[in-house]
Amino acid sequence: MDQILSNALGELLTPMTAAYALAAIGIAMHFGFTGLLNFGQAAYMLVGAYAFSMASLAGLGLVPAILISLGASIVLSFILGIPTLRLRSDYLAIVTIAAAEILRFIVATSALDDVTGGSQGLSGFAKEFYAINPFPAGEYGFYAWTMDEKGLWVRVVAWGAVILGALFVAQMIRSPWGRVIKGIREDEDAVRALGKNVYSYKMQSLIIGGLLGTLAGIVFVLPRAVQPANFGTGLTFFIWTILLLGGASTVLGPIVGSMIFWVLLSLTDGLLSAGVNSGVITFIAQEQIGDIRFMLVGLGLMLLVIFRPQGIFGNKKELYFNA
Amino acid sequence: MPNEIAKGAVGPGCAKVDPILVADNVTRQFGGLTAVNVEHVEIPRGKITALIGPNGAGKTTFFNLLTGFDKPNTGKWIFDGRNLAGVSSYKVARLGMVRTFQLTKALSLLTVMENMRLGSQKQTGENPLLAMFRTVWRKQENEITEVARELLTRFKLDAKSDDFAGSLSGGQRKLLEMARALMTKPSMVMLDEPMAGVNPALTQSLLDHIKALKSEGMTVLFVEHDMHMVRHISDWVIVMAEGKIVAEGPPAIVMKDPAVIDAYLGAHHDSDLGAPAKTKGKA
Repeated sequence: MDQILSNALGELLTPMTAAYALAAIGIAMHFGFTGLLNFGQAAYMLVGAYAFSMASLAGLGLVPAILISLGASIVLSFILGIPTLRLRSDYLAIVTIAAAEILRFIVATSALDDVTGGSQGLSGFAKEFYAINPFPAGEYGFYAWTMDEKGLWVRVVAWGAVILGALFVAQMIRSPWGRVIKGIREDEDAVRALGKNVYSYKMQSLIIGGLLGTLAGIVFVLPRAVQPANFGTGLTFFIWTILLLGGASTVLGPIVGSMIFWVLLSLTDGLLSAGVNSGVITFIAQEQIGDIRFMLVGLGLMLLVIFRPQGIFGNKKELYFNA
Repeated sequence: MPNEIAKGAVGPGCAKVDPILVADNVTRQFGGLTAVNVEHVEIPRGKITALIGPNGAGKTTFFNLLTGFDKPNTGKWIFDGRNLAGVSSYKVARLGMVRTFQLTKALSLLTVMENMRLGSQKQTGENPLLAMFRTVWRKQENEITEVARELLTRFKLDAKSDDFAGSLSGGQRKLLEMARALMTKPSMVMLDEPMAGVNPALTQSLLDHIKALKSEGMTVLFVEHDMHMVRHISDWVIVMAEGKIVAEGPPAIVMKDPAVIDAYLGAHHDSDLGAPAKTKGKA
């Protein structure tokens, strides 16, 4: 029992939780503040993961690899945004979800084995990142949060990125720029009638949210290998779940949403398998647990949307005025 | 009767002494339907001009064309010496021609004050690269807030300034939309049915606000289909029917124009359609 709890609490600080939080802040910028429906956040994460690892493996160095990823992310935003941002928001949704799948199939194709590693993916690209680890070797942390020096380094960097990302978005949203962005979410024609170039602002928002997704992709792959299978539509929908859980037009929501999501997932997994192993739960088999816990997540999300549609941190008052 | 607005004879498409907007050959077709077909029209500077006509006359479509929210099939129009045909809507607003909408577009989840601030032009803080740095735009923001506060007081919305715009009543939203448009410091204000859905008590105050715009030197063009409302405040009335301009002139005269009465009531409004075939045509 104690083991289950400590496993679950350990999820609070994993780089994975941080990566999902960062990606969710990205779609908070898109959807929560601008009203852009981006169902392809996995594409931005994929671009981050692959551009970073490919550039690293090519020996370009850590900082250039990050800059190349961010550049690739901006290019992706233009490709997705130029044809769709003049149209209704549904079109962006369709294009982004398709683009994410197209990219995933491209990197997984065997014709590109030499470049992207095909379905095997890439590994061993983070050596440089761990080489600059300032923490001496040893055991760190306590209780559920014990880790070696590598684990500490990657957590510090991952959560540092989340905090900087959140502060950046919060600062942007409270500026006149953020006012235009929120105005576009409410009614873009009204904003246009006030002399603002709506198309350009939507593009800026798409780029910023996409960059956060790309950073999330880098954070996501730092402690593991790059696997094309990790960047399926499921990734995007988990991030959306996290966003709605925490509250779509908040900055803190995605962070806490990501923590709750992973803790709950680990907790249900632990409890279900303990129940099955000890014979308390007899109607499901060990190998069904993985799927059933996602069903429970789905159920939880439905309940959330019905009973607390604004999310945990959202302002209930905002819902009264939705036309 | 001498007329200081028109130059020469008064009639549909007549020349003005000092036009701010001159449109030529503006047409807009939706499939087979010609919604707007305006050969020539001039809007007098510094006056209140009403654009009236029955439902479906093409008033709002004409409005959308002039402000860049819709693209015409043919035509051009000169605003203050600049051709605006094909210019996008946000640029039209920047050039000083600002509009409101028939269905009010209050930005519900922004506060009344934020709605107002949004209207201000050339804001440093709207640049994505500078937005991060509060010190760069704080001074301008304070100035904008000051202007906004004065306007809100004038429109009697100052008590609501921190409420969500979505919590305002329909009439208050109309006022907010007008006040917000004024934040752009326009030279011409285009109001699309400012009186629609507003209770009679607020109507008078809206009319006064429109008159105040004129006294500040702005040109007002507004769409309305209630002719009696128009009579009180407009200096000039342009009547549209079936996409065309059928009459124009000072309100008192236009209201008596047979073309206007026909447009509103149909050419046979005083013949008894129920009576056994006395006349040949039908409305």
